Amino acid sequence: MATDYTYAVARIRSKELSLLSGHDIDSLLSLQDYKSCLRALSDKGWNFPDNCDISQVLSIQTEELWELMDELVKDDNSFDIFRIRNDYHNLKVAVKAVTRSVSPDSMLLKHSVYPSSQIVAALENRDYSQLPDVLQEPAKEAMASLLQTADGQLCDIIIDRAALEHIYRLGTESDNEFIRQYAQLTVGCANIKTAVRGFKTAKNGEFLKKALCHCDCLNVDALAAAAIKGIDEICECLSGTMFTSSVPYLKISISDFEKWADNYLNSLMQEQKWDPFTIGPLAAYILGKEKEITAVRLVLSGKLNGLSESLIKERLRDMYV
Amino acid sequence: MMDLGLFFAVLGAAFATFFAGIGSAIGVGKAGVAAAGVLTEDPSKFGKVLIFQLLPATQGIYGLLVAFLILSNVGILGEPKDVTLLQGLLYFASSLPIAFAGLFSAIHQGKCSVAGIGTVAKKPDQMGKAIILPAMVETYAILALLISILSVFGVANVNM
Repeated sequence: MATDYTYAVARIRSKELSLLSGHDIDSLLSLQDYKSCLRALSDKGWNFPDNCDISQVLSIQTEELWELMDELVKDDNSFDIFRIRNDYHNLKVAVKAVTRSVSPDSMLLKHSVYPSSQIVAALENRDYSQLPDVLQEPAKEAMASLLQTADGQLCDIIIDRAALEHIYRLGTESDNEFIRQYAQLTVGCANIKTAVRGFKTAKNGEFLKKALCHCDCLNVDALAAAAIKGIDEICECLSGTMFTSSVPYLKISISDFEKWADNYLNSLMQEQKWDPFTIGPLAAYILGKEKEITAVRLVLSGKLNGLSESLIKERLRDMYV
Repeated sequence: MMDLGLFFAVLGAAFATFFAGIGSAIGVGKAGVAAAGVLTEDPSKFGKVLIFQLLPATQGIYGLLVAFLILSNVGILGEPKDVTLLQGLLYFASSLPIAFAGLFSAIHQGKCSVAGIGTVAKKPDQMGKAIILPAMVETYAILALLISILSVFGVANVNM
């Protein structure tokens, strides 16, 4: 029987009232300094102890987000698509820390699908069978490549591609349209960014084929071939796909393309505002809250480092509410 | 034949109560779940969400009303009367509009109420507009009720 999300969505509708809007972020940006921003956030209902740093302020919000989601969607792996990124990040950290004999603890991320301690222990013992099935192959391959070539970038590519393949698989397996679109957009954008960076750093076809992840939204072989030739050829590859409207932004810079991707995702999220029964609004809330946390991180870091308002604003994206 | 006529009349009363009641139970239940979600975050909205929850309850009441009319016309309630097979079948047929229109309209009104509860959770000032949308579904339950009542009275006045 399909899971009923009526209660969870109704609760999320109330919770959305406490999300920061674009106007709230603008107000935050116009404040004098870091401390005034913290006071404003506190007035908006953000809880944090006195004299805590940015990472503590933000990690409390992340904790609260996942506590709420665990409460609303019990015994469900529907949100693995958003958490699995952290597992692959932890795998990357563990591989590099183990080969360099340093402690990975400070770099590990919480809110992952599998415990980070399990990943670290498996790599320390070189016992890949201790790892979850999906992480075994990328862990073996990344470890072997790092030990043989000492090429950190190659190690990152192996794990990043495995992460994208996993996200794509979770997306295609989902029965929710929004989650499927999210997976397509995530994988497609990652492929385009890899192609552009590959061209700028003059990577060969073999490297690009290894780095790009197969997806239905793009012709990956054509993209790899175009990435050897130039940006215009990459843009040509995007015509007729869901990324057609990103071409003018991609021609300017990767950061403009990233801004397009974030705003495109935001437009998909907006459609979830009038769906009362599916998991879509919960997924949109997770992404909306993550956007909010990213925006607040940008503003607080900017204020702390004395960056100008316009410079911070350039990097801000449209908010969910 | 008299007994069979009475059987079909009572079956009609049962249909009206049973199907319209099921629809209302589903609709009210769905809206109640959404209302509980909003109340968990904001208990001050109890009055507003309660109205939405009660909207799909009316179909059950309409079914009950038609059932009462049939039962009193055939003498199950009040003075005993003779009911022919044709009259029994006609009473049964009279109950069908409210039975089925009640069932489906209550379920869909419940869904519409859930959406309305979501609207009120975010924009309490839009209560008036949000309540009109599920109330529109009520139209079809009222039309069915009207036909069922007219039919029941019509059967009672026909000499067979």
